[in-house]
Amino acid sequence: MDQDHIRNFSIIAHIDHGKSTLADRILQLTDTVSAREMRDQLLDSMELERERGITIKAQAVRVQWKGYELNLIDTPGHVDFTYEVSRSLQACEGALLVVDAAQGIEAQTLANAYLAIENDLEIVPVVNKIDLPQADPDAASAEVADLIGEDAGRVLRISAKTGAGVEAVLDAVVERIQAPAGDRDAAPRALIFDSSYDQYRGVVAFVRVVDGAFRRREILRAMALGTRFEAQEIGFMTPAMRPVSELGAGEVGYVITGLKDVSELRVGDTLTSEKRPAAEPLHGYKDVKPMVFAGLFPTESDDYPELRDALEKLKLNDAALFYEPETSQALGFGFRCGFLGLLHMEIVRERLEREFDLDLLVTAPNVAYRVKPVNGEWVEVHTPADLPDAFDEVEEPYIKASIIVPKEHVGAVMELNNDRRGRFDHLEYLSEQRVHLTYELPLAEIVLDYYDQLKSRTRGYASFDYDMAGFRPGNLARVDILVGGEPVDALSLIVHRDFAYERGKMLVEKLREEIPRQMFDVAIQAAIGARIIARETVKARRKDVLAKCYGGDISRKRKLLEKQKAGKKRMKSVGGVEVPQEAFLAVLNLNDGSKR
Amino acid sequence: MTVPGRARHLYVHLPFCASRCGYCDFVTVVGRDAEHAPYVDALLRELELERRLLAPELESVYLGGGTPTLTSPAALERLLAALPRAEEVTVEANPETVTPALARLLSRNGVNRVSIGAQTFHMHLLDALERRARPDDVRRAVHVVRDAGIDNISLDLIYGIPGQGPADLARDLAEALALEPEHLSAYELEAKPGTRFTHAHGGELERQAESMESYFEHVVETLTAAGYRWYETANFCRAPEHAHGRDLRARHNLGYWLGRDYLGLGVGAVSTIDGRRWRNAPSLRGYAASLAGGERPARAHEELSPQVRRTERVMLGLRLDEGLPLAGLEQALDAVELERLAGAGLAVRRDGLLALTPRGRFVGGAVTARLLA
Repeated sequence: MDQDHIRNFSIIAHIDHGKSTLADRILQLTDTVSAREMRDQLLDSMELERERGITIKAQAVRVQWKGYELNLIDTPGHVDFTYEVSRSLQACEGALLVVDAAQGIEAQTLANAYLAIENDLEIVPVVNKIDLPQADPDAASAEVADLIGEDAGRVLRISAKTGAGVEAVLDAVVERIQAPAGDRDAAPRALIFDSSYDQYRGVVAFVRVVDGAFRRREILRAMALGTRFEAQEIGFMTPAMRPVSELGAGEVGYVITGLKDVSELRVGDTLTSEKRPAAEPLHGYKDVKPMVFAGLFPTESDDYPELRDALEKLKLNDAALFYEPETSQALGFGFRCGFLGLLHMEIVRERLEREFDLDLLVTAPNVAYRVKPVNGEWVEVHTPADLPDAFDEVEEPYIKASIIVPKEHVGAVMELNNDRRGRFDHLEYLSEQRVHLTYELPLAEIVLDYYDQLKSRTRGYASFDYDMAGFRPGNLARVDILVGGEPVDALSLIVHRDFAYERGKMLVEKLREEIPRQMFDVAIQAAIGARIIARETVKARRKDVLAKCYGGDISRKRKLLEKQKAGKKRMKSVGGVEVPQEAFLAVLNLNDGSKR
Repeated sequence: MTVPGRARHLYVHLPFCASRCGYCDFVTVVGRDAEHAPYVDALLRELELERRLLAPELESVYLGGGTPTLTSPAALERLLAALPRAEEVTVEANPETVTPALARLLSRNGVNRVSIGAQTFHMHLLDALERRARPDDVRRAVHVVRDAGIDNISLDLIYGIPGQGPADLARDLAEALALEPEHLSAYELEAKPGTRFTHAHGGELERQAESMESYFEHVVETLTAAGYRWYETANFCRAPEHAHGRDLRARHNLGYWLGRDYLGLGVGAVSTIDGRRWRNAPSLRGYAASLAGGERPARAHEELSPQVRRTERVMLGLRLDEGLPLAGLEQALDAVELERLAGAGLAVRRDGLLALTPRGRFVGGAVTARLLA
């Protein structure tokens, strides 16, 4: 197919605004998938994605429309995968921006629209769900047109559900979106915008060929990582895999690499030919680093090997997932895992529990910190206990938060953001009713219960999205919790100094309630370095004896004692103090939930 | 260790009671006066069957119940007369059953120690315990027993009764001390699962648990200040210097706490001899029937492994104020915990003995649980 007859596009939309339904309708209308094969939301192949209504792994489908080859590149719909979204968008020349006719623009719509604009994409605005009784297509069209600087008359109005207007969408893709530009005779370059792992064929790369052509059996190289491999098969998706002998400039398809590890091939990297390598890679490759960390522990310590195997398998398909073994006094053997964000963490956790049938304890998440120890080099710290006692500087990740909310809730949102060390950036009226706020916030303030708080304080009306905004210096300290004078690793936390006292006090109070009284007074302390900032005491029990014991009940008393002994074995001993695991969990939950 | 066939302590169980107290979980039988004589027959048959287990010289005989003193006098006298002599012969008595005639019966049959179940001197608390005795019954019983020439009297007290305030406890202790008993046992009331009492008062007991936490300390302080030796977790005897040099510890019970062999006769009675323990079945009828046929009663047997025996030695030995000899018990103890508890001032180790400090004894149950390996 010559390049003039190729169109590459994505659909971007807020969750539930109808992206997947529109994709399904396009497949049907173009006879790519027969009605018999059709199942709703075909592109979301993982069980979890279908259930949560979100797309985790991007895929690309080729359809034919009036003599044109259209490549629909699906994008992950969530903030945690912004980088993947941006790579998918880079593979396109245009995007359908889909907005719910009843809801209007949401935070995610904005975030993705801006990403599309940054990538110089032609945006085709679409208002969906016009068949709904509460739909207000005029208002929604006005909002979208205003957002992208387009004439409201050019906003397409459709119902992906009924199919109304979908043909016009395909026509607009052909008419409004440019054909891909690349040079077919140049050295080959292809952008990897996604990858997945097939247990029989290894890593499969999804690519957009920018220049030149790629052929089967050719030796290829990933330019950033330097990985070399033979293209065992190349082809495109319909959505089934269709092998071809060659993919040329402008085309979208897949390459089966035979590689055994997804981390050898990163999204955003550029593939080229080993024989005729390109001089420069395509721009925009980033090494995505996990920003949110949490400890994952099996509820039953016997399940540790199963958890390790499950993480290994997940990692095959998820290059962004990071994990390393972690041992905790309180929770035993587990893993410290790094995630792109909270949703990524939730997805990993759910897949572990669902697909691998594991019962997990997940500690309260924390963010990555950068710290410069006294006279040392900058290092990244993934767990609070690793923050050195003495350091020159410490930095924490910030985000740029984008919140859309009805105007009557603006005050509540501002209050929440002020509580969370937010710095106000911008306020703008999207319409008479709705306000778009941007703030800079420390990521640490988001990872606990921010989203729940935002929803509850705005009665569910706020929509929220964010973008990483880099590391900034923070006035931070590590608060240790000491039981019987000994620090408990799992309970250390890094907090802003202004909140250290309050948080420390809350934690020791909770622990005092949870630790059973012992034979001696037990001090529970919160400390920053050597300085104690809060203290509680579990008073010693004054009596603990079996009242009487004579010849007739020695066996029974002995069994009682053995039971007591067994109970103690199940407790963790910290500084000679027996602490039930439930105590640690209660405190970890406190970290998680009722922060304020 | 005692050589097989050389048990020096004999327990005899007399299950009969006038009524069953709500908190009691012992093997007891209410009424059935007609069964007293046949029961004594059965006891004596069991004694004959097991006599080879007993040493020629016994250190102690103990008649417990039930209410041994409720047994019909003729049957009781026949039993006492037939039992082997011993240095200490104790009979448990409920205050309301103690008459001058009974006291004389006990005295002339070799009984030299009487343990009186006083429990409390407060009417409302006796009612809560469903005891039949009145406060005056206790005082009278003590005098009657003394008048019969028995000079070793023990009083049982119970504390932690629902509704018992600190002042009530202080007065109970003062009343008991005023009777100058040679020996006192003070038990915290246990709400044992399944008893009528727990059903009725369990919730209340839990609520007042915290306010009663200091009662144990209070009992120990009061009695030791009055010249009593706190020689076992729940037992006190007048110290030798206040008792013309006599060692008034209960020798029978010391046998249990020192891990010695003992033979038990009667329904529900337990014997432990040479690493084997057995408990007679609790059915009165079955017991009498078996022995009438010359058979041993139905029994539940338990083999005590060396490790179990060591565990019991530690559990029982640490109840005493005298130290526990450590020789041979090392395997049963957790050396790290031992150091830690010693460091915390709860246990001391000296001259091959392990003993709990007074503070350690108050939490002796928990200390023992930690000390065991």
